[in-house]
Amino acid sequence: MGLLSFGNAGWGDEMAWATLMTLTVAVCAFALALIIGTIGATAKLSRFRSIRIVLDFYTTVARGVPELLIIYLLFFGGSGSVMYLARIFGYHGYIEINAFSAGVAAISLINGAYQTEVFRGAVQAIPRGQIEAARAVGMNDWLLFRRVLVPQVLRLALPGLGNCWLSALKETALVSVTGLVEIMRQAYVAAGSSQMPFIFYTLAACLFLFLTTFSSYGFRRAERWAGRGVRSA
Amino acid sequence: MDFDLMLDSIPKILSGSRLTVLLVTLSLSMGFVLAILAALLRRSQIPLLVIPIKAYVFVMRGTPLLVQIFLIYYGVGQFEVIRASIFWTVLKSPFWCAIIALTLNTTAYGSEIIRGGLESVPFGEAEAGRAFGMSGWLLFRRVIFPIAIRQALPAYGNEVILMVKATSLASTITIMEMTGVANTIMAENYRPMEAFIVAGSFYLILNFIMTRLIQLIEWRLSGHLRPPKFSPAATR
Repeated sequence: MGLLSFGNAGWGDEMAWATLMTLTVAVCAFALALIIGTIGATAKLSRFRSIRIVLDFYTTVARGVPELLIIYLLFFGGSGSVMYLARIFGYHGYIEINAFSAGVAAISLINGAYQTEVFRGAVQAIPRGQIEAARAVGMNDWLLFRRVLVPQVLRLALPGLGNCWLSALKETALVSVTGLVEIMRQAYVAAGSSQMPFIFYTLAACLFLFLTTFSSYGFRRAERWAGRGVRSA
Repeated sequence: MDFDLMLDSIPKILSGSRLTVLLVTLSLSMGFVLAILAALLRRSQIPLLVIPIKAYVFVMRGTPLLVQIFLIYYGVGQFEVIRASIFWTVLKSPFWCAIIALTLNTTAYGSEIIRGGLESVPFGEAEAGRAFGMSGWLLFRRVIFPIAIRQALPAYGNEVILMVKATSLASTITIMEMTGVANTIMAENYRPMEAFIVAGSFYLILNFIMTRLIQLIEWRLSGHLRPPKFSPAATR
């Protein structure tokens, strides 16, 4: 078991850092996806048909194309597109999209599409009468959003968000194809150098299992907390 | 955007789509049968059967598919015993490793979906079947399973789409399906956008066909829930 020890002899510390990288990518992507999801759901419930069509296109494409393809597209095609945009604004230098930002961008775009649907469902689950009641007591848009929608949408969206977080966490493994040193990439490197692939991929599986178990426990706690004011049979 | 390159890459990616379709159909059909088995074992109330199934589903759903593919393709070969055994003829082939990993993965997700369907079968319907003298296999085949599968179908449709997307991971173990082919085109021309956009569109088309197929099956299974085309009241 010297292979898994910390320090120069083993891969323990490298794997620990890689786990931290996985978590960082997942947290950044999930946070960005929360913003995309909120804006996306608002837009999808908009009165304007053209906005709804654009959003339908986004959620269909982002949920229908393989994650790996989107990661490749952003990683290899990202620099080109960003430089192209920069040239329009008069900047002619070389811009490189690194593996980390390409990975975060890809996962947040995919996760944002799923979260858009989660939030849309949650908003639609709120009885219309409540919104009418809020209007009747004279709340404006912002106040209605803050006092009536947000507290309830958060509770209703929590189970769906939990699933989104788990898939974001698992999708980070795909970012390893860009060379970003997260759990999967580190396991690949360690497996190659030690010729012990079984041990390192099992370790990677255990690390992911630990992260997913731990976070689904967290989400269960959060759901219980959010639902404390709700009667259930 | 280079449209000639896009046109050029269409036949190449189309040829890769055969492998994608093969991966999807093989793993989904085997996974469906295994998922039904796993769901039944999970509901058997025999701890010796329930606990392993629970553990299996927990591990498969808690780890990324990429880890599972790598574990089967690279990991298992670490052991001399396996390389000397007859299993090696299957396990050394990336194609079969991908099939095994995809099947095992969809079995876990599918079993939970089918279990949900089985649990939603109203007790009265099974009771009515028993009142007619059906039991065991006959009751399962004629009453419980059709109701369960109708309930489970929408969720299973999502799983089908996830599987279509999941086959792209087979490209990481050298299989030249659509993503693999797109990657090669990208590497040859160093023009990433074109090939990936074509491949992405193919995936969208494939997913569209799959959702339509599921909707068709759903429609076929819910005939009794639709109003009759010509109601007796209207003809009178």
